[in-house]
Amino acid sequence: MANKITSVSRREFLKSSSGIALFFGASGILPLIVSCSDKKKVGKQFEKHPLSAWVQITEDGEITIYNPAAEMGQGSMTSLPVIFAEEMDADWSKVKVEFSPQELEIYGSPGWAPGSKMMFTVGSRTTKSNYQLMRKSGAQARYVLMHSAAAHWNVPVSELTTANSVVSHEGSSKKISYGELVPFLAMPATIPDFTEEQLKARKAFRLIGRDIPRTEIPAKVNGTAQFAIDIRLPEMVYGVLERGNLHGSKPTLTNESEIAALDGVLKIVRFDYAIGIVARRLEQALNAKKLLKIDWSEAKATGFNSQEIYSDYEQIADQNKTGKVILEKGNEANARQNAAKTYTADFKNDYVYHAQMEPLNAVIQVSPDGKNAEVWVGSQQGMDPKLGVPEILGLPPENVNIHLQYLGGGFGRRSMSDFVAECAILAKEMAPLPVKLIWTREDDLTYGAFRPLSLQRLNASVDSQGTLTSFSHTVIGDGGDLAASGVQNDHYDIPNQLADWRETSHGIRLKHWRSVGHGPNKFAIECMLDEIAYDQKIDPVSLRRTLMVKSPRALATLEKVSEMADWNGPLAEGRAKGVSFVEHDSLGTGICEISLDRSTGKIKVHNFWIALDAGIIVQPDNVKAQIEGGIMMGLSSALKEQITIENGKVQQSNFNDYQILRMEDCPDSIETSFIESSENPVGIGETATPMVAGAIANAFLKLTGKKLRHLPFTPERVLEALKS
Amino acid sequence: MASFTLDINTTKHTVEVAEGTSLLWVLREHLGLTGTKFGCGIAQCGACIIHVDNIPLKACVLPVENFAAGQKIRTIEGLSENGDHPVQKAWIEAQAPQCGYCQSGQIMQAVALLEENPTPSREEIKSYMNGVLCRCGTYLRIINAVELASKA
Repeated sequence: MANKITSVSRREFLKSSSGIALFFGASGILPLIVSCSDKKKVGKQFEKHPLSAWVQITEDGEITIYNPAAEMGQGSMTSLPVIFAEEMDADWSKVKVEFSPQELEIYGSPGWAPGSKMMFTVGSRTTKSNYQLMRKSGAQARYVLMHSAAAHWNVPVSELTTANSVVSHEGSSKKISYGELVPFLAMPATIPDFTEEQLKARKAFRLIGRDIPRTEIPAKVNGTAQFAIDIRLPEMVYGVLERGNLHGSKPTLTNESEIAALDGVLKIVRFDYAIGIVARRLEQALNAKKLLKIDWSEAKATGFNSQEIYSDYEQIADQNKTGKVILEKGNEANARQNAAKTYTADFKNDYVYHAQMEPLNAVIQVSPDGKNAEVWVGSQQGMDPKLGVPEILGLPPENVNIHLQYLGGGFGRRSMSDFVAECAILAKEMAPLPVKLIWTREDDLTYGAFRPLSLQRLNASVDSQGTLTSFSHTVIGDGGDLAASGVQNDHYDIPNQLADWRETSHGIRLKHWRSVGHGPNKFAIECMLDEIAYDQKIDPVSLRRTLMVKSPRALATLEKVSEMADWNGPLAEGRAKGVSFVEHDSLGTGICEISLDRSTGKIKVHNFWIALDAGIIVQPDNVKAQIEGGIMMGLSSALKEQITIENGKVQQSNFNDYQILRMEDCPDSIETSFIESSENPVGIGETATPMVAGAIANAFLKLTGKKLRHLPFTPERVLEALKS
Repeated sequence: MASFTLDINTTKHTVEVAEGTSLLWVLREHLGLTGTKFGCGIAQCGACIIHVDNIPLKACVLPVENFAAGQKIRTIEGLSENGDHPVQKAWIEAQAPQCGYCQSGQIMQAVALLEENPTPSREEIKSYMNGVLCRCGTYLRIINAVELASKA
């Protein structure tokens, strides 16, 4: 604990941005929790003593650590508290985890803008963005305990050590557990702002890097894990909205009196794009929704046909006018002119839908005096920690209390707070009755916000040795980064490169979908490389080995996975392997093994291997779970998923016509291996998904000599490719 | 509105709802048994699987009036007192759930499978479990968990 470089005052350490003093010294309590109506919970809360805004402890040594991130299955309820407990030297068996309040100043991690803070679970940033914050905060909590023990024993802090929730004094052999220290807690006047050198060295880690069962899994197997859709409050009423299937269309309700007279209907609420109904009971609200008669206006999307738009996109790609340049290196045009051989190919992908299993929903209650609001929501949070609710209700942010719940899947959809805004509008109308807003699956799909349809035009050239001399990548589609992320080839040494995005716009709602533009763009890049390798009769792994010459970390993942998959080994009859590399914060190379039913056009993926470099792995088994899930979502989107638009209208409505991967189609195995690293952790949640389509198409090319260039690879498209 | 008495997890519950109301809404919104989830409403995803007289059924398409004649309804809440049914224990050992939303349905389907066939093959597991969707992609861990439970 020596070398205090900077310190923060105790006041700053404990303060809240909302104007509520969160704690009153060592025996303080959370005012918000005291106002809770559950007496037993209040009692339990009184037993807890805060060490800081992040952690509370009881005399029994039970430690409650706050998790500042959303929990959508990625394991934040374990991985972040593990990092904290590591530095705090807490006995993990005594740790409980709760969501932190949505208080940016205290619990925010470094945001995108320099010096800013964010509570936003997006872009695979849970561990990466909170790693240092949790370490430092854990170290500070430990410091409070050590300071208290030092004062209690009247010895210098420097003579104390900690391990597994016990403070020890070397000289006197005295020991005291963290729980036993509670009566003697003394807040230091200042608390060090720990630097990297003052934190634990990696070799001293005893929790980070170990497989620790996830804290919230027991609740997820006995039905008690609480999602926002599970909230029930006295007097609660139910809201539903009819939004139509033409995005941007405006409704005119033509049978208002009929609807208003229905059993249980309390209110009809008009939105620009929807008709809302609030009813006493959910089934009454849903019944009224079905009976709505609405005239829908035309909209920008009217006349748009998604499956016919590709020819327009090809024309845009043919134009010499570059769009927004994303990457320019060397002189791509010049290199292409002087090449021994050039290649060009178009890759396409249809709209895809998030399909998180819990349909969107929220519960909001405005207080009887109209001055406060309580919000229960499964949200990936947002740039606004209060999710836009204060503006809608006309309340100061500190009067809006967000109760974050488990998310029944996020995948980017719950980083958009449109559904929270809808619920706030209904809650304002119905105040002080609490309103539960539920989107049906049809609402969730039809009024979805999709990964955009796009076309990738790739050009490449090689010299007489078959070495790549240029690579260009034009993305045509709506949504900027939603279509264009992932065009960079930072780990491929190609001297002349150009990438640009050309904008289109159709009035279809769009949103980040796990791995965003990386899905379509890595598919295009990795297929292009294999098409060249195939033509040049170069082994695809050898080709990438040459390209990765200046990126040893990427190369290590390629070498490792080739070994895992026995790339050069014998193959069963009718099988082939394909390889694909992805950088999405972490670096990963994947290999899949497929077979094909040539009569039906059905591709079967048997095995998937992946080698990953993600820096320090905090929770190895949990990262494996994320990779498995990422591969599954990649398989699902590459083989099945497709939203189509006709005359502006979304054609699918539920899981009967929007198919996602079922168990029968899951591979026999997914094997993940980590490259040893001492770098700080980086995101892993979106690295696996975008490598799947490329790996499958590359295996298919090897198996059949045919090219799959349009996602998804439906049996019809596969049969068409076989005939080509 | 009509009155229906349901036998859920060996307890009798009486509800006043309109005929045609789904058992799912009755369980979740009227009785607070929220472990059973709503996913699609058209029997496509399996998040709402419950047992009726030991048969796994999708509650979202079951009209309440057809299940008030003494049928024994079992939900995830009635599977065990302390979350320690062998299938639940296997699920924890396999660290199967991610977001967790589909897992009540997965577990109820798996319990029915193992009650019917205590030692299913991998293909039998896949076929029996195929009606329960998981968007997080936990299928391999679910298979592992069913295999662990069948050996327990």
